[in-house]
Amino acid sequence: MLLMQIDWLFLIEKIGLITIILLISLGIAAYATWGERKVAAVMQDRIGPARAGIFGLLQPLADGGKLFFKEEIIPQSASKIIFVLGPAMFMVTALMTSVIIPWGPSFEVGGRIISLQVADINIGILFIFGVVSLGVYGIMLGGWASNNKYSLLSSIRAASQSISYELAMGISLIALLLLTGTLSLHDIVEQQHGFWADGYFTWNFFKQPLGFFIFLVCAFAELNRAPFDLPECESELNMGFHLEYSSMKLGLYLFAEYINMFISSAVMATLFFGGYNYPGMDWVSAHAPQWLFVLSGVTAFFVKIIAFILFFMLIRWTLPRFRYDQLMKLGWKSLIPLALINMLITGGIALWLGK
Amino acid sequence: MQHLTNRALPINRDPMTLAERLYVPAIAKGLKVTVSHIFKKKATVSYPEEKRPFAPVFRGLHVLNRDEEGRERCTACGLCAVACPAEAITMEAAERKPEEAHLYREEKYAAKYEINMLRCIFCGFCEEACPKDAIYLSETVMPSNYSRRSMIYKKDDLLIPHPKKQEDNK
Repeated sequence: MLLMQIDWLFLIEKIGLITIILLISLGIAAYATWGERKVAAVMQDRIGPARAGIFGLLQPLADGGKLFFKEEIIPQSASKIIFVLGPAMFMVTALMTSVIIPWGPSFEVGGRIISLQVADINIGILFIFGVVSLGVYGIMLGGWASNNKYSLLSSIRAASQSISYELAMGISLIALLLLTGTLSLHDIVEQQHGFWADGYFTWNFFKQPLGFFIFLVCAFAELNRAPFDLPECESELNMGFHLEYSSMKLGLYLFAEYINMFISSAVMATLFFGGYNYPGMDWVSAHAPQWLFVLSGVTAFFVKIIAFILFFMLIRWTLPRFRYDQLMKLGWKSLIPLALINMLITGGIALWLGK
Repeated sequence: MQHLTNRALPINRDPMTLAERLYVPAIAKGLKVTVSHIFKKKATVSYPEEKRPFAPVFRGLHVLNRDEEGRERCTACGLCAVACPAEAITMEAAERKPEEAHLYREEKYAAKYEINMLRCIFCGFCEEACPKDAIYLSETVMPSNYSRRSMIYKKDDLLIPHPKKQEDNK
């Protein structure tokens, strides 16, 4: 019987994990919108949303409810199917990357090793790049299908920006891969076990500071966030690719951006800041019960993610937007050569160390 | 170059140094400014709960005064209407009957007294013109309304509460 061969427990475990991750991503993205407004407010000597619930904590619900009750408009001259497909695609690609991120250390229940990673595929980083590149299709399709000059210009900007910065991002990661020797995110996190080993830090950030810096700048550009938010630059393109969108389709675009921010924070924490590893984890593992160890690992990971999200917000409310030529100049003339030099140096050191 | 005023500031047009071209020190400087603002005192006043005090010269909604015995002070002389640059005030005078002596202070009183709040510019000239200290601009902001008709305030809307009747209510 074919049905008997399916590992039902495995299926239940993964479906449960996917559900939890999906809910957590959506929840964190929702509260990132609240957090963004709060961060913006305190940095501008205001207090921010404070009316809906305590500290305005119900604000995301109020915003979502408002968007749901708005009128849904599809422009007459828009290509309808693609117009609807755009935000859906953006949202799906935003959520897809969460599949390969290891959210916590593996643990054993009743002889089964349960890993807190939906799929440990051995080309994890490549998968991230693939999905992130697909993400720009959501913007492209949405902007193009709107049949609006501003939207089209904005999606062209988004596409060219994404292509320019993906190069530098990829090269900066090649340098990292030279050191790790694997593309699997699970293995990369395991290599960064603890904090200090063999007389040096284990976290990749301390081995690849320049690589991390390049990756960070490129992540800003890939996320279309300030100071690289040219696709939705209000002053020139009044909202850009989501100009013609209304109601929850607009909501999906805005929401997916926050999910993207969450996921890319998770990717950066995984690749460069040790994922769920934290200093002194071996002691905790030896002295504390297993569930506490797993929980502390997951907590450490989320602390890192939230720190990154806050950093994204701080930057957004500090820096002015780049001009388009400055953006291209930074991408092609600074970051790509820098990433190449970083790759060469890393390659040389890797060769010298005999890895 | 000859400057027309001595307010021109010299601008440094030297080529940018490496640190300036890297832009990273500038980002750190900017972050320092914005992060320092997180810990500063917030300027927000949460309005309905907290209210900012009015300035002593604030001119708000009008009130019609009564004297100590609760009699209306206004004698419908019309000086406020004459002084009003926006022509917002209209009134009709009437003669006091003997049995109404407890209601009006003088022998002549305003049977009808209206201020069109849509016209009023809150200049306070009526307050200055009044010889009987009958009209004052209070420290109240004018509430908004849905109809033009209800923006014309009648005498009942403007009169302050009767001091003795209010005591009875307590």
